[in-house]
Amino acid sequence: MTSLDTFVHLTTTTTAESSSRSDNRRDVLSILRNFPYGLALAWLVLALVLLWATVPWVFTGHDPLQGTPGGQLKAPSALHILGTDSLGRDLFARIVYGAVHSLSGAIAAVGVGLVVGSGLGLIAGSVRGRVDEALMRLVDVLLSIPTLLLSLSIIILLGFGTLNAAIAVGATAIAGFARLMRSEVVRVRNAEFVEAAFGSGGTFGKVLWRHILPNSLTSVVAYTAVQFGWAILQISTLGFLGYGAPPPTPEWGLLIAEGRNYLATAWWLTAAPGLIVVAVVLSANRISQSIGRNSR
Amino acid sequence: MSTSQKPVLDVRDLNISYSQGDERPTVVHGVSFTVEPGEVVALVGESGSGKTSTAQAVIGLLAENGRVESGSILLNGEDISRWSARRLRSIRGAVVSLVPQDPGSSLNPVLTIGAQVREILEIHGRLDRREADRKVIELLANVGLSQPELRIRQYPHELSGGMKQRVLIAIAIALRPALIIADEPTSALDVTVQRRILDLIDDLRREHGTSVLLVTHDLGVAADRSDRIIVLQGGRIQEQGRTVDVLASPQSAYTRKLLSDAPSLAAAKPRPPVEPGRPAALTISNLVQDFSLPTAKNFRAVDNISFSVARGTTHAVVGESGSGKTTTIRSIAGFQKPTSGEIRIGDLDVASLRSEALRQFRRKVQLVYQNPWASLDPRQTVQAIVEEPLLNFDPLPRAEREARVRAIIERVGLPATVLSRLPHALSGGQRQRVAIARALVLEPEVVVLDEAVSALDVTVQAQILDLLAELQRDLGLTYVFVSHDLAVVRQIADTVSVLHNGRQVDYGTVEDVFSSASTAYTRELIDAIPGQKFPRAELSRQP
Repeated sequence: MTSLDTFVHLTTTTTAESSSRSDNRRDVLSILRNFPYGLALAWLVLALVLLWATVPWVFTGHDPLQGTPGGQLKAPSALHILGTDSLGRDLFARIVYGAVHSLSGAIAAVGVGLVVGSGLGLIAGSVRGRVDEALMRLVDVLLSIPTLLLSLSIIILLGFGTLNAAIAVGATAIAGFARLMRSEVVRVRNAEFVEAAFGSGGTFGKVLWRHILPNSLTSVVAYTAVQFGWAILQISTLGFLGYGAPPPTPEWGLLIAEGRNYLATAWWLTAAPGLIVVAVVLSANRISQSIGRNSR
Repeated sequence: MSTSQKPVLDVRDLNISYSQGDERPTVVHGVSFTVEPGEVVALVGESGSGKTSTAQAVIGLLAENGRVESGSILLNGEDISRWSARRLRSIRGAVVSLVPQDPGSSLNPVLTIGAQVREILEIHGRLDRREADRKVIELLANVGLSQPELRIRQYPHELSGGMKQRVLIAIAIALRPALIIADEPTSALDVTVQRRILDLIDDLRREHGTSVLLVTHDLGVAADRSDRIIVLQGGRIQEQGRTVDVLASPQSAYTRKLLSDAPSLAAAKPRPPVEPGRPAALTISNLVQDFSLPTAKNFRAVDNISFSVARGTTHAVVGESGSGKTTTIRSIAGFQKPTSGEIRIGDLDVASLRSEALRQFRRKVQLVYQNPWASLDPRQTVQAIVEEPLLNFDPLPRAEREARVRAIIERVGLPATVLSRLPHALSGGQRQRVAIARALVLEPEVVVLDEAVSALDVTVQAQILDLLAELQRDLGLTYVFVSHDLAVVRQIADTVSVLHNGRQVDYGTVEDVFSSASTAYTRELIDAIPGQKFPRAELSRQP
């Protein structure tokens, strides 16, 4: 399935879903009607992108880095599904091989945000008092700096590169995770079963591990999925601005940046990777929504 | 009450169902009853009996997913069961009105009392502002609120629970409806306030000849206040008839069980007197607990309380909300340091304990909470919940831990199959049994029960009380039993402390305090126990 197909599929399925919703009254096909097509599609998109990242050679025979001489800026055809770029490299191959850079970057970024952020939130929410005040004011400072400015500053401090871009994006996610985790922890901490756990002789660490953490994680997990989509967007932004992976790495943001010079003559060079980013971000949000709903 | 008049409310063969996913279970089955003018009819039942659904259907306020399947609801001779929401609105307040259950959440917090009472007058008729204000003041005075001119400018948070319920009653009677539906009007209130509110409803009924449909789980309240009683179970009427007749000679087995389980109606079996000379398991002397307020003034929640509890006996701490009873037991359980005074359990002074010693001390005192829906971790299985206290102390081999968990689960009367279940798959009574098992698995000396049966239905409550008595007999446990319900206290406790505004106003054996209370406050509490109108000689509790 090509990326364009994926998106066409996305739109057709959502319209199909809404039209089937309108004839809700019919009791026949109730299973078909209740089937969450959008959610299934979201998982499908993520699974496909994940496969691109792990076994890219299954999906394309072209080399993402080596161009065909004389084959520059070709329109989509049977040979090159999404056409070729200014150096004659197959765009589809570049998107498929680029998945690993964008995905690993996003996963690392979310990992940094999740671990550091929820760690801070957990400590702040469970210890309370001065520690809480100090940590949360730090988080307020993080929140007050525009995210792009913050991640650019961090990259300038750390130097360019995929991993550094991921850390920079992750750092901007810390504040959100910390806030959310703290509010959940505060809610759970006041629950009677937590006091009961202290009352039956639990130490602070044990109660934290057995009761507070598992009961506050659900919404954090849902938030992680949203953040994943957002991180792909941020990493692509950094790539687009030239702060991420250096050329000729086929990172998605970089692909869009490279294609924009030919927007008038070869619009597919920016549109295709752009739509892929949109599809992945939407899928991540849809999955996050389903997690959030199940937890309620 | 004349029978020649047509009934205000005539419910015939009412069936109500709720949609749940693809299913549509029926929760009210063929319920028929009438309410005559000026009559109080009590709808009595436990949770899930369909009493609230029936009452909601009468005023057309069933939940979104609820539906009247069949049957008719004749209000003054007109069938309203098929009416549109728009038509129903015209009769709500004017013909039938509702006194909601929880006064705390039933008033809009951002509107003044005056505005909220005026609202119903404005919806159903045009009154000019000054006339409306006069009417509002008159109504508030009518329901016994002091200084009504001041009240109309106040907001709900400035009023106590009882005052809020009076405001809601004022709204309900504003248009002189023919029928008032009172859905558990006093279950969220203290017992003395409850009595005053029920007196008020009674007075208003007598004055205006309004009929009242009283929905309640409390048989004592129903017995005192109703002319006729309808007993519901599982959506079906078990029995209906004149209150006097139903209480004197209940026909259905379920009613008999309800009556024998209701602590306020059943004859208390006197507990054998405690022989003197038993060692004290718990001694509290001159306990004082202050809380600092943001205004830099200290609030004294508990003021100089002393009592002692002999080993193997039950001491009840009684009081209304704000009396300091919860503060007292939280100090006993070591959750907060007393400002001054001493709490001795065995030979330990709780106030002197610091972190690790305090943790070790928890083996001796365990607390059982009021609400079994909140006190169990929703993500742990019953096995994990009961096992947890054991993991906190000297490591036991896994096999022995499991054996002890099994033994205690069996001891509290649960089948071993519950061990793998999560709390939400259990009923309220089963959950409270799990909470008791968790408290007992460490073999504590003192068990503090914080309103441990208040959230349960009356038959379940009776079972849990029996279980507690049995465990005390077999394991020699000492209980501190906190309750607002004096009827329960009379049944289970040996000694009692009555708290009022943080002070202990009465202390002694249950016999002495109930028969010769030394203060007017205790007297008032005892008199406010519902169900006293009825002789309880012929109803003996079956264990």
